[in-house]
Amino acid sequence: MNFPETLLYTKDHEWALNKNGTVTVGITAFAQDQLGDIVYLELPKVGTTLEKGKTFGVVESVKAVSDLYSPVSGEVVKMNDPLKNSPDIINKDPYDKGWMIEVKVSNPQELKDLLTQEQYQKLVAS
Amino acid sequence: MTDLKKTPLHENHLRLNARMVDFGGWHMPVQYTSIIEEHVNTRTHIGLFDVSHMGEIEIKGKDAFSFIQQLVTQDVSKAKVGEQIQYSLMCYPEGGVVDDILIYPLSTEHIFLCVNASNTDKDFEWITSHKTTQNITLKNSSSEYVQIAIQGPKAKELLVLFTSTDLSKIKYYRFTQGKVSNISMIISRTGYTGEDGFELYVPSQYGSTLWDDLLEKGQKFQIKPCGLGARDTLRVEMKYPLYGHELSQTITPLEADLSWTVKFSKPNFIGKKALMDQQTQGIPRKSVGFELLEPGIARQGYPLYSLQNEPIGEVTSGTLSPTLNKAIGIGFVKPTFSTIGQELYVEIRGKKVKAKVVQTPFVTRHK
Repeated sequence: MNFPETLLYTKDHEWALNKNGTVTVGITAFAQDQLGDIVYLELPKVGTTLEKGKTFGVVESVKAVSDLYSPVSGEVVKMNDPLKNSPDIINKDPYDKGWMIEVKVSNPQELKDLLTQEQYQKLVAS
Repeated sequence: MTDLKKTPLHENHLRLNARMVDFGGWHMPVQYTSIIEEHVNTRTHIGLFDVSHMGEIEIKGKDAFSFIQQLVTQDVSKAKVGEQIQYSLMCYPEGGVVDDILIYPLSTEHIFLCVNASNTDKDFEWITSHKTTQNITLKNSSSEYVQIAIQGPKAKELLVLFTSTDLSKIKYYRFTQGKVSNISMIISRTGYTGEDGFELYVPSQYGSTLWDDLLEKGQKFQIKPCGLGARDTLRVEMKYPLYGHELSQTITPLEADLSWTVKFSKPNFIGKKALMDQQTQGIPRKSVGFELLEPGIARQGYPLYSLQNEPIGEVTSGTLSPTLNKAIGIGFVKPTFSTIGQELYVEIRGKKVKAKVVQTPFVTRHK
């Protein structure tokens, strides 16, 4: 299973990619594999304020409902519209086309709390 | 995980890289590749299911028929011996359901029951507790059988390659005792998918090889092994009840829309009085199928409301229908809200989502 080195991770299986204080968020290959066929997604509207560690949405597969936890605090500035009608994109391409939201980070210090690829890989293996 | 029960096909599932889950104490495959793929393949080609976790209970002796007759809602005397299967319920005196079962009259002195996996021990105790005659023997023979379901439009074409039994003579809900791969077994034209197909009760020791052979010969029919995930979405599309969802100790057959299985004309059976009373007084709730008119997925336990926000019931099963690509569900509502076309709300995480009662099965049954 692939966990890109360029990303940061949460223990709840979200990934975060930081570009100059704007963080793209999605779920990991492990998360999508565990969920199975993703059939429904609930994401926050642009402008919503997120708090690190709090739920920002819901992802549902055929069998399971799972909360999404924000890796950082900040404001949602963009969401991935094509996922609305085709949430299965997340299964096919969790790190690229399957990104969920972009967040303008309010406290860059929080990024330090996230897991590195190596730490996340250990978590998944355990 | 060590205390989970395993079917004799457990190793086969691991070799196929199935995702295994705890299902009512059994370590079972939930999916091999994808629930949706497995579901669609069963509707278009063939799905192969290990349902060995289901229980088998046998009643033998000269009072076998009269004994089972008092325990079930169906009229067992109407079934053609050695040929016809009955879907029936076993009720408590209060009218709630002990289990839903298949009754196979193998002979006039031998009745074979297929019961739900998680209810097997409860059922066996229940049946045993009503034994008053020495003229029957009861046996929980669940561990002696592998049960394999071959389901889908190509199921017959595949099974024909393994048997000299004339399968076209076994109609829907009929069975025969014949040989498949030279192994004697019950061949049953039944299933839980809404497709044509068979369920085989295979002596345990032969199950693993037969499973592999079916998958190999089935390749040309595009067979796929299917897990419990697809089994569930397939049965929801048919609005087939599942114990623990649409059936329970507190839900009666009349509420569950299964009054066709209740034969008030037969002498006496456990639950008859309570069910007759309920039929006279009217049922407090009724099972319906609905589809969501707005985005979301309904799940078991979600509350149902009228458009006037009055609580009217609860969801018992819900999923995305892979065939219709719509969110569908089964629930129980006050009877006044059970008409086709009735709009209602499903409360999903605090939000009211509009739904509509629709005709069921949701998808046309092919058997």
